[in-house]
This record gives sequence, C-alpha cells and structure tokens, in this order.
Amino acid sequence: MAEFKHRNIIALRDLTRGDIELLLATAENMREINSRDIKKVPTLRGKTIINLFYEASTRTRTSFEIAAKRLSADTVNISTSTSSSTKGETLGDTALNLLAMKPDIIVMRHAVSGSHYHLAQKVTCSVINAGDGAHEHPSQGLLDLLTMKDKFGRLDGLKVAIVGDITHSRVARSNIQGLTKLGSHVYLAGPPTMMPPEAERLGSVTVCASMKEAIQDADVVMMLRIQQERQGKTLMPNAREYSRYFGLNPENLKLAKPGAMVMHPGPINRGVEMSSYVVDGSQSHILKQVENGVAVRMAMLYHVCGGELE
Amino acid sequence: MTENMTVLLDESGIKRALTRISHEILERNKGVRDVVLIGIRSGGAFLAEEIAKSIAIIEGDAVQVGSVDITLYRDDIKSHALRLPVGKTEIGFSLQGKKVVLVDDVLFTGRTIRAAMDALMDHGRPECIQLAVLIDRGHRELPIRADFVGRNVPTSLKENVQVVFNEQNQPLEVVLEK
Repeated sequence: MAEFKHRNIIALRDLTRGDIELLLATAENMREINSRDIKKVPTLRGKTIINLFYEASTRTRTSFEIAAKRLSADTVNISTSTSSSTKGETLGDTALNLLAMKPDIIVMRHAVSGSHYHLAQKVTCSVINAGDGAHEHPSQGLLDLLTMKDKFGRLDGLKVAIVGDITHSRVARSNIQGLTKLGSHVYLAGPPTMMPPEAERLGSVTVCASMKEAIQDADVVMMLRIQQERQGKTLMPNAREYSRYFGLNPENLKLAKPGAMVMHPGPINRGVEMSSYVVDGSQSHILKQVENGVAVRMAMLYHVCGGELE
Repeated sequence: MTENMTVLLDESGIKRALTRISHEILERNKGVRDVVLIGIRSGGAFLAEEIAKSIAIIEGDAVQVGSVDITLYRDDIKSHALRLPVGKTEIGFSLQGKKVVLVDDVLFTGRTIRAAMDALMDHGRPECIQLAVLIDRGHRELPIRADFVGRNVPTSLKENVQVVFNEQNQPLEVVLEK
C-alpha cells in the first residue's frame, strides 16, 4: 500500500507521483467531512499547529486554519505585523522560540524563496510551505490538481495553459511540477518581461509565443495574478495593454476546447487578467478551487503527522 | 493454504450465517421500517451489502446501506497509520431517528466499534445502534457486545481471524491463522 514518507511538504518538486496521488486520494475522501452538519473529526486532537505568515493572505491562511480545526488540532496564527520580526528577530531565532513551545506543525508563508528549507533545518516539527517568494505554493498546486481531476477524472494527457506573470508565480511553479509528474501537458504564455529566461527548464513545458497559441484547444486555462507587489514598475506599460494581449475574455476563451475549465488562484484583478464575464461565467471553477483547498490542506496536515520514514 | 490455517466457515456456511442474521435483524426490528445498515470498511461494508440483499429477498423491501471508514476516529492512531490513505465514508442519508445496524466482519477488542459509533454520532442522532458481526473472537477491551453474531470462535491472542473476499467483494471463507 502507498505510504506518505515525508515530514515536511515544501515543494511539489520534492514529491513523487505516488506521493501526490496519495495526497489527492486522501483529500477526496476527506471532503465528505466538510459537507456534514458536524464538520469535525478527532484525528489530530492534541496537535498544535502554528500558522506563521510573513506575507498577506486571506484564502490560504483561513483555509489552513479551517483544515486544522476540522481535524481537531489547535491552531495559533502569527502574522508579520504582530510578530517579533518587526523588532528585528531573524527567522532562525523565531523558529527556535516557537519550537520551544512544542508545536507539531509550522505552516509558513515567507517572501524569500527557499526559506522553508532553512526553517526545516532549524526545527524538529513538520514544516508546510504556504508560499515562499517566487518558488512554490504546494497546497495551491494540489488543490488545482484536485479540481482538474474532479472535472476530467484524470490528469493524464490534459492540455493545461498557464498564462500571465510566470517569473513571479509560485503557483505556476507548483502546478508545473504537479501537472507534469501526473502526465499533463503544460503550455506557458506571458509577456516576454514576465517569462523567466530558459523557462523550459521549469519542467517539461512548452513556452508559447502568444496567448492564443497556449490556449488553443486547451482543456484548462489557468490565469495568473499580476503580482504588482513583486514586480518592478517597468514590466508592463499599463493594465489596459496587458489586458488586451494577455487577458482572458469570452472571445479568446472560444479558442480553448468547448467547456474548457477556467481557473485562477486568486485574488483576481477583474478586468486585467480576466474579464468579469469569464470570472463569473459557467466555465469558471474559481470557487471550486477554494472549496477543494480545505480538503487538500486537511490531507497535507494529516499525512505530515506520520513523520519521516527512514 | 498453508498448514497453520484452518477454515472456520466456507462460502455456504457464511451465506447461512448471514441469512440467519438477516432474519434476526427483521425479527428484532419488526421489519425494515427505519432500519439502515452501515458497514465498517472494508470487510463490514461488503457484508452489509450481502445482508441487504438477503433482507430484500426475505422481506421484499429494500434497506438503505452506507459505509463508514474509521481511520480518522481510531484511538491507536500512531504516527505510522497517518501515512496511510484514508478511506471513503459514504452515508447518503440522514441517520436522525434511524435504527442503525452496524456491520463488521470480525469483532475483537471492540475498539473499531467504538470508533465507528463515534463516527456515526457525527452524522446525526440515531434512535439506536445495533451490532452485527460475522465472527466474534472474544478478547474485548471495551464494554461492547454484538446483537447478532454469525459464529462465536474462541481464539488465543496470537491467532488471527480473517474473512476472505473474492474480486466481486463477496465473502469466500473465514480462516483462522495460528
């Protein structure tokens, strides 16, 4: 039987196809809990989970907190504005201080890519990545995979277009890792200023010259948010021009397969990367993604508690 | 089959035991009104389907069948178990006011039954819960007993009792492993 052998979940790059399939299967079966009157199981009773967020987040932090509570774990939320990092404490020192209070899992979001590997070396508890810089966002990647699997029943052979600011997108990196490991074909498109040099090295992906080429006959169109907080000022002339060349609207969505799924990790800049007609349209699966987020995060919290297998 | 295995019940033996249990369930509950069967994954869930078929033949009335996975409710959840997949709980109806017959293949320490009852309570408040098992092998660690038993088998703690199913999830035989 498949077993989950990792203490930490930092990047989908570190997981095998089997690991990812196990997490998705557990998430599918945990979904039932979320539709009950009593949305709670006693599984992680007595476990303490710290949500340590160095960057703003509504969806991810709430989703992790709800996931932990549905499994009966105790949660503590720490955000930058209220933490000692504003007094100059280093991440390493914060980690050791938190560890002294004996948590079982630290869920962290941090602006620096790779900071979770640093954290995992410092602490003995489990570490889950809730987003690190422009590196990975594994829980988002997994919930996207689950949402696609719900619709198509498989991931093998799907054509998935990812459009937008690839350079700064951890969502894109996690999706590329997960999708290619499970046999989907990934096509990337975005302004040349937002496409990393040698983007092909992100995985076995096809880099397209235009948005049209990427979404042609796609099963899934995933739009990325324009990350103004991570960009310099010079990557695009203005939002209107971006929207004209790389925005999804009912017209260019017709290029994709009939009934193709439209996805977005949120928060959405309406009218920039997507028109409101598409956001609220029948092909949009954006709220379904959020719904699946809770189940996926429950599966992640559950399986990391199994600890590392030598 | 190796030498240290004994067959306790063969296919027709299992069938007779399940038929008798079905009659007893109907007798105790005076028919199938408000009765639902919930099987504990995986063996109990398969047996619940068999009992439902047999009740349909005897009474001409269908009973609702659900299944419960108790992984998330175990009291012996060591870190090892957390690495394993979680099974699916499928109860497509309300348990409010129902007479629930919980079905398991082998009754041993009673801890599985405790976990299953906790899981059921999270799905509503049944009028009562009754327990049907194919084999009762003794060694209870909790104050739990079965209402309907296929066969009582005295065992030692070193032995293992297993209900073997075929690929269509129908019970084939019950073996005692020494």
